[in-house]
Amino acid sequence: MSTQWIAVIGASVLAYALKYVGSTIPESWLAQPRVQRINSLTPIALLSALVATQTLAEKTKLVIDHRAAGVAVAIAALIAKAPFPVVVLSAAITSALVFHFH
Amino acid sequence: MSVKRDSFSVSITVGAYGVAFGAAAVADHFTILQACLLSLLTFSGASQFAVVGVVGAGGGAINAIATSTLLGTRNALYGMRMAPLLKVQGWKRAAAAHVTIDESTGVALAQSHDDDARQGFWRTGIGVFLFWNIFTLLGAIGAKAMGNPAAWGLDAAVPAAFLGLLWPRLKARNTWALMAAAIVLSLVLTPGLPAGLPIISCAVLAIAIGWRE
Repeated sequence: MSTQWIAVIGASVLAYALKYVGSTIPESWLAQPRVQRINSLTPIALLSALVATQTLAEKTKLVIDHRAAGVAVAIAALIAKAPFPVVVLSAAITSALVFHFH
Repeated sequence: MSVKRDSFSVSITVGAYGVAFGAAAVADHFTILQACLLSLLTFSGASQFAVVGVVGAGGGAINAIATSTLLGTRNALYGMRMAPLLKVQGWKRAAAAHVTIDESTGVALAQSHDDDARQGFWRTGIGVFLFWNIFTLLGAIGAKAMGNPAAWGLDAAVPAAFLGLLWPRLKARNTWALMAAAIVLSLVLTPGLPAGLPIISCAVLAIAIGWRE
């Protein structure tokens, strides 16, 4: 079996296992206020890290490129309370323009 | 914000990025079938990019699976967060697990009522699944014709979409502090660690801030 097939099957099995195991963690664990707090803060931490790395990282290098321009416009749109599609589209259009004309 | 509109916007935006994945997979010497199977079965964008990126860079299957799985651990945390809200059993639980990803959890948590949260989770999870798989196929087939997804602004639309999901959660002062800390930590760690670790490391920050107070 090729490297590609092993990677596809292995990654898929483990990805689903993680998703399923997460949903089976006993609810009583979640009754504790400390777990509740950590659990509601976790997506904020991970989403923030995702925004940062997807905007400024290229593999293991940090770069400021067209994506940063797009996300900067998205931040401005959010501050101006723009609706979600406007936020996303303004980021995409800005990024594409910078990409083409930079 | 309407939950239907949010779900659809996220689904189409993130789903369209499947073009980039399909193209990347083919460029990294995966077949169209393998690219599509990754989107159907692994169904977690960052994990999938890790698989094709690591194999493409010659990292081998074990490294690819490890990196991909590390990126997928956050889905377990999302699953733990969503389970008490969804309250599903049997095949619905199995299906919910499969669509437990950044976007479905993000849209659900952005809602202020439990009913909207459940609707947001399912609509976004299924919506992203449909569009992501369709666009993966299109991207894999049309990789050469379409060219660089950056030319279409898709690589900025995805972090912008994540930001849009994050924004409504930033209310209390400690959530802003957490966001700032996570941004700094993930960027500081990026040059030194394999892709994925800088993101998952930020879970420690959530634990640290949530532990006290």
